[in-house]
Amino acid sequence: MTHPLAAAGDLPSLGLVPGWLTTAAHWWGPHGLLVAVREHVAYTAIAVLAAALIALPLGLLIGHTGRGIVVVAGLANAVRAVPAFGLLLLFVVTLSPKIHYTHEVTWLVGRGGVPYLIPVLIVLVVLAIPAILTNTYAGVQNVDPAVRDAAEGMGMTGSQVLLRVELPIALPLIISGIRSAVLQVIATATIAAYLPFLGGLGYLIFNGLQQITDPQLGYPAMISAAIVVALLAVVADLVLLGVQRLVVPRGVSGRFAVGAVRLSDALEVAPAES
Amino acid sequence: MIAVWHYFRADQSEILGWLWTTLWLAGVPVLVGLALAMPLGWLASRVRWTYPPVVTLAGLLYTVPSIVVFLLLPGVLGTRILDPVNVAVALTLYCVALLVRVVADGLSSVPADAMSAASAMGYTEWQRLIGVQLPLAVPVIGAGLRVAAVSNVSLVAVASTLGVSQLGSLFTAGYHAVRNGSTPILLGLILFALVAFAYDGAILLAVRIATPWRRAVSRT
Repeated sequence: MTHPLAAAGDLPSLGLVPGWLTTAAHWWGPHGLLVAVREHVAYTAIAVLAAALIALPLGLLIGHTGRGIVVVAGLANAVRAVPAFGLLLLFVVTLSPKIHYTHEVTWLVGRGGVPYLIPVLIVLVVLAIPAILTNTYAGVQNVDPAVRDAAEGMGMTGSQVLLRVELPIALPLIISGIRSAVLQVIATATIAAYLPFLGGLGYLIFNGLQQITDPQLGYPAMISAAIVVALLAVVADLVLLGVQRLVVPRGVSGRFAVGAVRLSDALEVAPAES
Repeated sequence: MIAVWHYFRADQSEILGWLWTTLWLAGVPVLVGLALAMPLGWLASRVRWTYPPVVTLAGLLYTVPSIVVFLLLPGVLGTRILDPVNVAVALTLYCVALLVRVVADGLSSVPADAMSAASAMGYTEWQRLIGVQLPLAVPVIGAGLRVAAVSNVSLVAVASTLGVSQLGSLFTAGYHAVRNGSTPILLGLILFALVAFAYDGAILLAVRIATPWRRAVSRT
């Protein structure tokens, strides 16, 4: 099993990359960067949303009741140690032959792509769940028991305590879990383009790999797409950081208007040991 | 499972070679990364203003997907795209990025009392770092090493998308197989899990040996 590239020695220079990235034709068009980014974002959004729909309620429930933590933590760690690429191909090999729907799906895949897209999305969801799940229950578990007692003492019911007290306090950790899930999914969606029919930025990378010495479609296109993947990851992370600032209540984040004093600071008697 | 075993026996020498490549590709970067992260992490914990830029830069590097780094390095280093050195260098970068913060936080987490006691006993700053601060930071650094080692093992598999031969080649072999493709893929997943498990256990053991006082305390 020799690779077609084993013989290819000299790669086109990295100096071609700026020129590649500033050529308008490489951005527009059916296989341009803009379409690839749109597909990449769509795969990522679908996978992370589905994972959050499963992991958030489950994590809140586990954190609130304290039941099943050992089992869930063990499972989540096991999933994290599994190589994403292996899991991806296992699902493709076992599921794809059973899917016979071959029509195009607008914004996602072209004709024939569905049998590959479905196993890929399943794996992306499976990979995104552990980060969200473990951070959610850890966030709820980390809530100061005194705060929980106070909420119960005020007459809140169990679900009120969970949704009005534990959830807001756990939000920073929950969002940081979503951030790691997004990064993981963006990276794995890239290597998913190893499979046929799938789009996203990985398409340009694996298409280029077949003709790596080509100064247009080869190494320069691969590196350009790879740089856009990295930018997408960084931008997505920053956007979620911004979301975190917006949705985390100021009482939790401690970011008050200038001049305001945090109640806990004012009440603090002994200075913390540094 | 029997099919998996037969597949292994039929191609034993090649698969063991891949196992060996995977072991060093995942392991060496952790050791080199730790060696590089030690002085950087010490600096970030000792000189306070260096902490935010070092940790931010490391975090930024960690957001970059591994395939991007695997592809960039040949152009930067002048290596071939299939050269395993690209993978080793890329994983070393990730390990440094992860461990710098861990080392800095680990060194900072040592109780001030222990540091003062060492100074009062006449330790110089260097002796105190080696004799007191570093050993007390071992549990924190060890936990970071476990994360680095396990994530390294699964990143090695990504390199097989580019054709670098190691255990991940079992995945591509299964994908290209005409039938029973899941057999080599399952074998690959099992072997990767064993490698991750072995490194995890080795680090746990090393931390245990390096922190005898923890057991002395737990016995009482």
